[in-house]
Amino acid sequence: MSDIADRVKKIVVEHLGVDEDKVVETASFIDDLGADSLDTVELVMAFEEEFGIEIPDDAAETIQTVGDAVTFIKGAV
Amino acid sequence: MFDLTGKTALVTGASGGIGGAIAEALHAAGATVALSGTREAPLRDLAEKLGERAHVVTANLGDAESVLALPKAAVEAMGSIDILVNNAGITRDNLFMRMSDDEWAQVLDVNLTSTFKLSRAVLRGMMKARWGRIVNITSVVGATGNPGQGNYAAAKAGVVGMSKSLAYEVASRGITVNCVAPGFIATAMTDKLTEDQKGKILTQIPAGRMGGPEEIAAAVLYLASPEAGYVTGATLHVNGGMAMV
Repeated sequence: MSDIADRVKKIVVEHLGVDEDKVVETASFIDDLGADSLDTVELVMAFEEEFGIEIPDDAAETIQTVGDAVTFIKGAV
Repeated sequence: MFDLTGKTALVTGASGGIGGAIAEALHAAGATVALSGTREAPLRDLAEKLGERAHVVTANLGDAESVLALPKAAVEAMGSIDILVNNAGITRDNLFMRMSDDEWAQVLDVNLTSTFKLSRAVLRGMMKARWGRIVNITSVVGATGNPGQGNYAAAKAGVVGMSKSLAYEVASRGITVNCVAPGFIATAMTDKLTEDQKGKILTQIPAGRMGGPEEIAAAVLYLASPEAGYVTGATLHVNGGMAMV
């Protein structure tokens, strides 16, 4: 896994309190990792801070899975 | 009883009677306060009276850019906003049939829309801190209605519905959102009433007197305190029994 993927994974594990091996690329925050809608907002906030980027609301809506987040962040940093 | 040491509070409309008393009460409990209002001189006077832990951040809540800048200025001054008291309000009374679009819009802008925007702006910090208090000052007329105040009553009732909705969303993050609804409070605004007008009002109040700004401030202090952590989405009516809702 790339550095960005590792950092994303770490944030997700810490924030949602889920097992590390569940945080795979295809895992959906809401369906697989038990996040509620407010959790997803908080995750986006955490990503913004970790990577020093801005994630606009319309982009945030497209980030459904761990892989979506990694792809978006790779394109933004 | 209530200790706000280490907490930071932004109070809008702090140049008015009620807002000033709220700022004083939070400050006396140990909070650092940012005093917001349109007029700088009375805010400076209040900040001087309070001494340390008091900052002045002027803002015109009828102006969208000013609303946007206010939370940033408050965070710059205090480092964070743990407690937001949306107290600022204006009236543009008129009979419904004569009320202009402008009178309607101005009252909704300052009393409802700015409350929404300021609350939205402070949520990020509160969510991270897993602690926050939003206290919105509404009015008895938001629950009862009042002739000549269709705009004001709509705005205040709107704040109540908005507060409840937000309270749902953020309760799990240690953030509470409540309202305090004053009845008739003796301030510079009510000083302008004639004795005759005051007499008529008093017949409607079981307590037989107007309230004091410090009695509103005490309610706000409670809702801002750690002790009120299990109270959210509520409206605390402080009106001498004028409306028991």
